[in-house]
Amino acid sequence: MKLVVKLFASLREGRAKEILIERSGVYTPKTIIKELNIPEEDVAIIMINGRRSEADIQLNEGDTVSLFPPVGGG
Amino acid sequence: MERYKRNIKALSLEENIILNNSKVCVAGCGGLGGYIIEMLGRLGAGTITAIDGDVFEESNLNRQLLMDEASIGKSKALAAKERMSRINSKIKVIAVKEFITQANAEQLLDGHNVVVDALDSISSRFILQNACENRGIPLVHGAIAGWYGQVSTIYPGERTLSKIYADSKTQGLEKELGVPSFMPALISSIEVSETVKILLGKENLLRNKLLFIDLLNNDYDIIELG
Repeated sequence: MKLVVKLFASLREGRAKEILIERSGVYTPKTIIKELNIPEEDVAIIMINGRRSEADIQLNEGDTVSLFPPVGGG
Repeated sequence: MERYKRNIKALSLEENIILNNSKVCVAGCGGLGGYIIEMLGRLGAGTITAIDGDVFEESNLNRQLLMDEASIGKSKALAAKERMSRINSKIKVIAVKEFITQANAEQLLDGHNVVVDALDSISSRFILQNACENRGIPLVHGAIAGWYGQVSTIYPGERTLSKIYADSKTQGLEKELGVPSFMPALISSIEVSETVKILLGKENLLRNKLLFIDLLNNDYDIIELG
């Protein structure tokens, strides 16, 4: 299964803007976050193919997963 | 009126009158709030309630429009009222020197047409969202951290904050990334345009959507939250 992971804002630092992943088996945004060594609390929004999603949704061939950090200042 | 001459064309005379009869609550008078109040006041929003229990510190000088070097230690809410009295004496600014809490939120927000989020913590934003929902008031959310910022418009029942933050205890990036001057100026502008669109009944609001801006990479994304 091929997946595209897009990282936004500070999540790119020390990683990349876009990462291609090829894996077999059951894969979710949660497993991706863990694999990329991103602390769980650093991800506020998960999108799959442009729509907001939960962390434990099973991914399919060709999905694009986008991760955004929490922004809270004023 | 000569003062609003340059509003006309972008906003009709009737729309200017609607703005002049509207009552907007700005929650927070810091980085975002200072610019929001400035823009609403210059546009001619008739009544602005400026809420902030805080006073200015030296570290606010890099970005907070309502302060100068002589303002350190002074009330942010009162500074909003004083500044607007010099800029547009035709409008009314109500200064509330209180922090928004579970206990006072609904009472403070009651009677406003729109509430604009200019707060600096995620937990207080959830209090604001609940109070707006209970009082049936649209809320324009904005937040900033480092080179990043976001805006969303939240109508009662939509509870968008629950979709963009894991929970009310979430810590934002701003503690580690700081906030440079251009981020509050940018995000506040979009919050004000959303506010004006709500007041005038215009379409294409950022409802169930989050505009996420990364100026470092010049990425402007609209996330569908529905």
